[in-house]
Amino acid sequence: MTQRIFVPRDASAVSVGAERVCRTIENEARNRGLDVEIVRNGSRGLYWLEPLIEIELDGQRIAYGPVNPEDVLGLFEAGWLQGGAHALCHGPSEEIPYLKRQTRLTFARMGVTDPLSLEDYRAHGGLKGLERALDMKAEDIVDAIDTGGLRGRGGAGFPTGIKWRTVMNAGGGQKYIVCNADEGDSGTFSDRMLMEGDPFCLIEGMIIAGLAVGADTGYIYLRSEYPDAWDVLEDAIVTATREGILGANVLGSGRRFELNLFKGAGAYVCGEETSLLESIEGKRGLVRAKPPLPALQGLFGRPTVVNNVITLGSVPWILAHGGEAYKAHGSGRSRGTLPFQLAGNLKQPGLVEVAFGMTLRELLYDFGGGSASGRPIRAVQVGGPLGAYLPESRFDLPLDYEAFAAVGATVGHGGIVAFDDSVDMAKMARYAMEFCAIESCGKCTPCRIGSVRGVELLDSMLAARPQHSNDDTLLRDLCQTMLEGSLCAMGGMTPYPVLSALDHYPEDFGLSPKQEEAST
Amino acid sequence: MSSTNQADLLPALHRLQEKFGYIPDHAIAELAKAHNMAQAEVVGVIGFYHDFRRTPPGRQRLRICRAESCQAMGADALALHASTQLGVEFGATTADGEVTLEAAYCLGNCACSPAVMLDDELHGRVSAERLDAMLAEGRGV
Repeated sequence: MTQRIFVPRDASAVSVGAERVCRTIENEARNRGLDVEIVRNGSRGLYWLEPLIEIELDGQRIAYGPVNPEDVLGLFEAGWLQGGAHALCHGPSEEIPYLKRQTRLTFARMGVTDPLSLEDYRAHGGLKGLERALDMKAEDIVDAIDTGGLRGRGGAGFPTGIKWRTVMNAGGGQKYIVCNADEGDSGTFSDRMLMEGDPFCLIEGMIIAGLAVGADTGYIYLRSEYPDAWDVLEDAIVTATREGILGANVLGSGRRFELNLFKGAGAYVCGEETSLLESIEGKRGLVRAKPPLPALQGLFGRPTVVNNVITLGSVPWILAHGGEAYKAHGSGRSRGTLPFQLAGNLKQPGLVEVAFGMTLRELLYDFGGGSASGRPIRAVQVGGPLGAYLPESRFDLPLDYEAFAAVGATVGHGGIVAFDDSVDMAKMARYAMEFCAIESCGKCTPCRIGSVRGVELLDSMLAARPQHSNDDTLLRDLCQTMLEGSLCAMGGMTPYPVLSALDHYPEDFGLSPKQEEAST
Repeated sequence: MSSTNQADLLPALHRLQEKFGYIPDHAIAELAKAHNMAQAEVVGVIGFYHDFRRTPPGRQRLRICRAESCQAMGADALALHASTQLGVEFGATTADGEVTLEAAYCLGNCACSPAVMLDDELHGRVSAERLDAMLAEGRGV
């Protein structure tokens, strides 16, 4: 009987050698005359173990990793196809604590299936949500999302049900579903993983959204930095169209849904929803003033749902299992799960989908295993480049939208970047301002000019320390102007990392003792 | 697919750049006409997006991630190494026209930091030695 070997095709796994390992395994198996089939799955998200190779044995999958091409011969010699012992063996994949302790709802198929096999997708619960939605009234679909308590996973945390209802009630005529796949936040990669590892899940979520609000056309705005996700989505859309999931007659229902893939062009600000819409319309990605809301006047002036990849990817599960089942997970007003992304200086970086409410410390140490360098973790940035830096005293904060907002931080898209004690927080604050200066769309003054002034101010502070003491009055004043006066989150949240660095690490800025006292 | 001609501009720019490596000056008038826009508007759109360039790039495009996760894993030193080895600043092309060095702000490979992208090929956990080997391989050394 043919034995199956799973080698991830995920871009991150390939970036550390999965492709070469795959070729080496193929060659070695051929030389030995072994009957094996190599399946290119998505990544399980245990990135420190990538390339993570799985051998199917007696209905179980046994994990080996990280496997380099030069390890392959030894693995065959050790009899890995028969479960032979080897230093790289981690036992059954599902039993690895990192994976076992997770609650994988949105990422249930991640790393398990062949992303481009519709057969696999159906066999693992795919299309159940869509089939159910096709039998429901539009209002009932929106109600299910409302009941589940799903909130925008792109970072803003706006209730998805409210957004959908607004578009549903926005009259007749052309409406659009736009998927924001411009995952520009550093420290985040869950959108990329879902698109590369389970593309039909996103497609299914978008069709359900279309059924709910009365939209027959969708766009995926994908950042150009993700060429592998582009290829997978292109393939998946062709397959879904051929199989009658997309097109004029969705699963024989008589309902239409067409899906277009749109490539971004390297502008971070296009992850802001109105800038993204301008970009699809072929314009400079300038942020629009709101109102009007995109839900009422969005793409080409028509009512539009703009949702993040993970938001839409969570929809099929909610429809298949019901809003109540989703709501059963989570804490406070943050319901369900979030695929957190552990990155930066951690021993075990990767994708951790858990219910809201887990503490940062659990994620950093129980999952992340502490710093990769072995030095103490000094600062953690949560929620991308516009997220606050948190010191160890905040590590027991539960990951929950409201709990984070209460301390001037954000959960954002769930990216968690750890820094050890070699980090210079004044430099990180300068970087935040510099990033804003590079990526500002330029429409509003606080962001366009403020970020440049911020860089200048921090440059002079960096130059003055440690010989002279600095004063942060002007910098704090500038941050306040940006916070209150910017048109969107780009300028409006850039102060988060800057102010949090000032508050928690004043010593890095060469601040005079008086101000250090004031801020503690 | 779209309600205005202008909506096809970004895909057209991507196609042009894929073919020529940049957006040639002589294409601007043509683009403006085809998309029912003023030439100044076309130039404005090109200028807004980091991806589009008006001058020919090097034979290879090396993008080094400068964002937070990669910084936490030594990207600054890697960036300095690349810039020194190649003898160019970020945004510039080597004198022999081989490599254009660019900064990227997240390649989505944060769990395998530091990350770089050579043309469309993503690399993770990149050390200075590995970067040198990649560039040497790219030059056919």
